Amino acid sequence: MKILVAVKRVIDYNVKVRVKPDQSDVDLANVKMALNPFCEIAVEEAVRLKEAGTADEVVVVSIGPKAVQEQLRTALALGADRAIQVETDDMPDSLSAAKILKGVVEREEPDMVILGKQSIDSDNNQTGQMLAALTDMPQGTFASKVEVADGHVSVTREVDGGLQTVKLALPAVVTTDLRLNEPRYASLPNIMKAKRKPLETVSTDDLGVSVKRTVKLLKVESPAERSAGVKVADVDELVDKLKNEAKVL
Amino acid sequence: MSILVVAEHDNNAVNPATLKTLAAAKAIGGDIDVLVAGKDCATVADELAKAEGVNKVVLADNAVYEHQLAENVSKLVADLGKDYSHVLAPATTTGKNFMPRVAALLDVAQISDIIAVESADTFKRPIYAGNAIATVQAEDAIKVITVRATAFDAVASEGGSGSVEAIDAVFDNDKSEFVGEQLAESERPELTAAEIVISGGRGMQNGENFKLIEDIADKLGAAVGASRAAVDAGFVPNDMQVGQTGKIVAPQLYIAVGISGAIQHLAGMKDSKVIVAINKDEEAPIFQVADYGLVADLFEVLPELNEKL
Repeated sequence: MKILVAVKRVIDYNVKVRVKPDQSDVDLANVKMALNPFCEIAVEEAVRLKEAGTADEVVVVSIGPKAVQEQLRTALALGADRAIQVETDDMPDSLSAAKILKGVVEREEPDMVILGKQSIDSDNNQTGQMLAALTDMPQGTFASKVEVADGHVSVTREVDGGLQTVKLALPAVVTTDLRLNEPRYASLPNIMKAKRKPLETVSTDDLGVSVKRTVKLLKVESPAERSAGVKVADVDELVDKLKNEAKVL
Repeated sequence: MSILVVAEHDNNAVNPATLKTLAAAKAIGGDIDVLVAGKDCATVADELAKAEGVNKVVLADNAVYEHQLAENVSKLVADLGKDYSHVLAPATTTGKNFMPRVAALLDVAQISDIIAVESADTFKRPIYAGNAIATVQAEDAIKVITVRATAFDAVASEGGSGSVEAIDAVFDNDKSEFVGEQLAESERPELTAAEIVISGGRGMQNGENFKLIEDIADKLGAAVGASRAAVDAGFVPNDMQVGQTGKIVAPQLYIAVGISGAIQHLAGMKDSKVIVAINKDEEAPIFQVADYGLVADLFEVLPELNEKL
């Protein structure tokens, strides 16, 4: 079984984001970038399926300028076998990304595509579902458990009320939630080995996809700041404040 | 303009997020129709026909929609949605599951998780876990939108006089099937809909100690939440998690107990009206967003609070 994992380069989750003074976007100049955490979980899950003997090849793909090769190398160091960079000048929106990934799916014909449920920059939570719709694949989103058997995958999903399990015929799309697994750290020998693994670059033209953007970013601002309130001395004062000052009890 | 709102429900009752999504639809303006897709869910349709501002409820009652499988529901919504200028659903795990499929089937972008309506095509939405707010303008003819329910005040559930129209559109598929679900059973209000939320963090030390929080919650009619640290440590199940990767809440009163206040947690509750923090570490970042902070040992404070409420 072949697994395709789509990964995204995003701001490192430890970095505090800052809005540009002209409010045109957040400032990403000289900011540490990393593999999106949910994508890292996706890579880990694919590698575990390979280690368990369920999968025999793990291919990672990322869309963007040359810089995304850094995250592809990270994925290769975590255990993916080969990588594809779909070269674009900037990051496409979710629908264009899904169309590009559809092109990759048609070339690679994977049995399963695993993606992170969302990227921590745009927080859209769309690409996996859109890819599933465009390729007419069934989907298991927000996965906390993935089990493959007999041409099907059972996906336990984290839903608002608890957990839900769906059974999908392969090929299928799975998107990862936080508790699916805990990604490993790449070892130094694996980081060295990753440098020699194949990394292919293709263009959107190669895939026959045109990228368009139909949502305009007009402005980005900092959220309203909350200021620290007061410290109360004891429970009596707290209850009094909540009843008589805030009037919420 | 004409707006289709996809209702969230459990085949018996309307999820309150639907009424808040209707408020977002009202802010956009235009005729508002509601789709109720499910199985044996006519009572839900009747209930929504009475909601403020609803023109018509479209009822698709069929076994294929019983569990809201994205593969089936998305085809139904896309088929109906092509005749509307806007298609809205709450940004719950159900809405997040099927709506991007709807957008892809209609070949349009989706605007996720809006928190404000600026005009019929311009919306505000949080990005970077709420550390920035983007104003975006959608140029597609059909705007597919998910709504962060906590950012809108529900429309009235009574007083409207919409009609109900049953349709027999059936979209099934042979690639996905519902196997089962484990839903948390609780007498308490749902986290995202509760007026008061009391959450515990790593400071609770174990799951048994959450009883201290639950007792207070039951006295206040509050929902019980938890930080990611408490969930990851196995104290409580994941559906109780409040935060960037869990549930987003904005109650009238949020009480954080033994929660340090990691950015990821703050992203899920900082829009609460009044925030109370109880923590023995006075340096904990949660105090920077709390209206009322109490630096104390939670194991002493909680029983006392329970007694004095």
